[in-house]
Amino acid sequence: MSTATTPAPAAVSTAPEHGRTRLLRWWPAAVLALLIVAPWSALPLPGLLDGPVGSPGSLQLLATCLLFGALATGYDLLLGRTGLLSFGHALYFAAGSYATNMFLLEAGLPFAAAAVLGVCFGAALALVLGSVSLRVTGIGFSMVTLAFAQAGSILVSRDPGGFTGGEEGRAAPAELLPSWLVGIDHTANLYWIALAYLVLTLAVVHRAVRSPTGRVWEGIKENERRVEVLGLKPYGFKLTAFVLAGALAAVGGLVHLLLTGGSTPQTTTSDFTLSLLVMVVLGGTGTRWGPMVGGILYTWADHRLGDLAGSGAVADLPAVLRVPLSQPLFLLGVLFVAVVHLLPGGLARLPSRLRRTSEENR
Amino acid sequence: MSTIVLLTMTGLGLGALYFLVASGLSLIFGLMDVLNFAHGALLSIGAYGTWWAASGQLPGAGPGGWGFALAVLFGTAVGTLAAVVLELAVVRPLYTRPREQVLATVGVGLAVPALLSGVWGSDARTFPGPEALSGTFALLGADVPVNRLVLVAAAVVVLVALRLFLGRTRHGLVVRAGVEDRAMVTALGIDVRKAFTLVFAIGGCAAALGGALGGLYFGSVDPRQGTSLLIFAFVVVVTGGMGSVTGAAVAAVVIGLVQQFANYYTAAGLGDLAVVVLLAALLLVRPRGLTGRLA
Repeated sequence: MSTATTPAPAAVSTAPEHGRTRLLRWWPAAVLALLIVAPWSALPLPGLLDGPVGSPGSLQLLATCLLFGALATGYDLLLGRTGLLSFGHALYFAAGSYATNMFLLEAGLPFAAAAVLGVCFGAALALVLGSVSLRVTGIGFSMVTLAFAQAGSILVSRDPGGFTGGEEGRAAPAELLPSWLVGIDHTANLYWIALAYLVLTLAVVHRAVRSPTGRVWEGIKENERRVEVLGLKPYGFKLTAFVLAGALAAVGGLVHLLLTGGSTPQTTTSDFTLSLLVMVVLGGTGTRWGPMVGGILYTWADHRLGDLAGSGAVADLPAVLRVPLSQPLFLLGVLFVAVVHLLPGGLARLPSRLRRTSEENR
Repeated sequence: MSTIVLLTMTGLGLGALYFLVASGLSLIFGLMDVLNFAHGALLSIGAYGTWWAASGQLPGAGPGGWGFALAVLFGTAVGTLAAVVLELAVVRPLYTRPREQVLATVGVGLAVPALLSGVWGSDARTFPGPEALSGTFALLGADVPVNRLVLVAAAVVVLVALRLFLGRTRHGLVVRAGVEDRAMVTALGIDVRKAFTLVFAIGGCAAALGGALGGLYFGSVDPRQGTSLLIFAFVVVVTGGMGSVTGAAVAAVVIGLVQQFANYYTAAGLGDLAVVVLLAALLLVRPRGLTGRLA
């Protein structure tokens, strides 16, 4: 990420201050361009990735990171923008994945139709359950969403009628998917799909938050009572946020289905929602880039720390150090607690905090 | 008939386990508005502490007789200590930020099971127990496992002790008053924060005891046990009304029985489903829970 934030050094040194900031404003476009061309790159990033950037393994990991970055951004629509603490976001993600898979496997629909119907199913589920859950507020809302998600999780793992495949999950039918989405040779296509999903989510969230509805969301987050006093009914606005976030999550489920080649019951668990929560808080709630950074960082760390544990550097350490270091979730949990304590606002607030500290010291 | 007796006793045993977790959870939420996501981790710590001691690692403790009692005591003490450390080190520095308190406990709830599976492996370990508690006894024509009875007895003892503590002691009075109106208690010049540590210790003690005896009930310990119980404990807390110990006891019995009977008489897993749907339905009809109080 950080490699692309610096524009051409010559321009920086000669341009006046405002010119520099204008150039700096274009860093997302530069990052996006870098991400688009990444599959053609053979650049090795030792430590960060196992193989060169363009290798299928690295692209798979990068795509997963982008997917979760997008998912966290969508979840922040509830947590950071509207102030709704939902513990059931995994349900809509899993609904997108499982429903699309079902439409392919059981109804034998072509992929495009199944994908559209799957996402619609996820959005409809969010609409129905959201309209029920939002009747209660505060911790009650969190509990109802948790209960619905848990019910979904139990349903999926009990495998009613052999539809969901129980604990094993269900593989997507390779013969029904377009050939350019299947197989290790086409990982780059999946990577671009994940990237497109991230761009879509960022754009939707950005637009939604800037819209009049988005301003009401901010009001609800700050003080719901005052929004009511202004003559607005928070219920409808909260439901809009819930359905929008649910629909984005369902699209994410679809991307996950393609990326992993199947639906797994792990995506329905409350642990999955909690990991989304960790990503968003790690990155910074209610910020434009924070949730994305948190999601990417968390997913990368979750995958890479496991490999690190298997490496010689850790294996030679005494047991006191080796055991905690070999558990990615332990490290992430501790990191999360540390961020909550020491860095309120998450990683996204880090630059401004550093700037303030350096100005104070000056 | 014997099936019904067995199901009832198993349901009561499960309810007792839920109560041991939910009572502390309920008090903590009632007093501090903190939904303690690390409570399942405290249960796991209690379970692993007892397992560790009972497998002969602690001198004097063992799988049989008084050795097992010592092991349970050890596990409970470790769990209580962990709860106090959790409150002092993680929750206390965040008193001014209630939402971050919940988030911090989420982090601990993720880290502790990961650490446990790092140290003792992620597979379930067989839980040693005394001969006397692993058998069955005849009740109305049914062979009921003794460990159900142990759990119910422990839950009743904890319930009575909690009632006595809350009703008869000064600290209990402060806790009850804090659940009702924390700001008023502070305004009267009483340092409620001391009570925070106290309820964490009590909650951790009950959860760790639940973990130690839950090992008997399940016959094994594994790092994810506490987290999976936690969801049902949440259901119990919400159903019983947050902050009410008696409400939690009633709700725990109801939930445990409903779950067992529905799992047996309908498809397996439908009982678990029924319980969470029950929670959603109840919250929508009565947002304040069965006992009608919400701290």
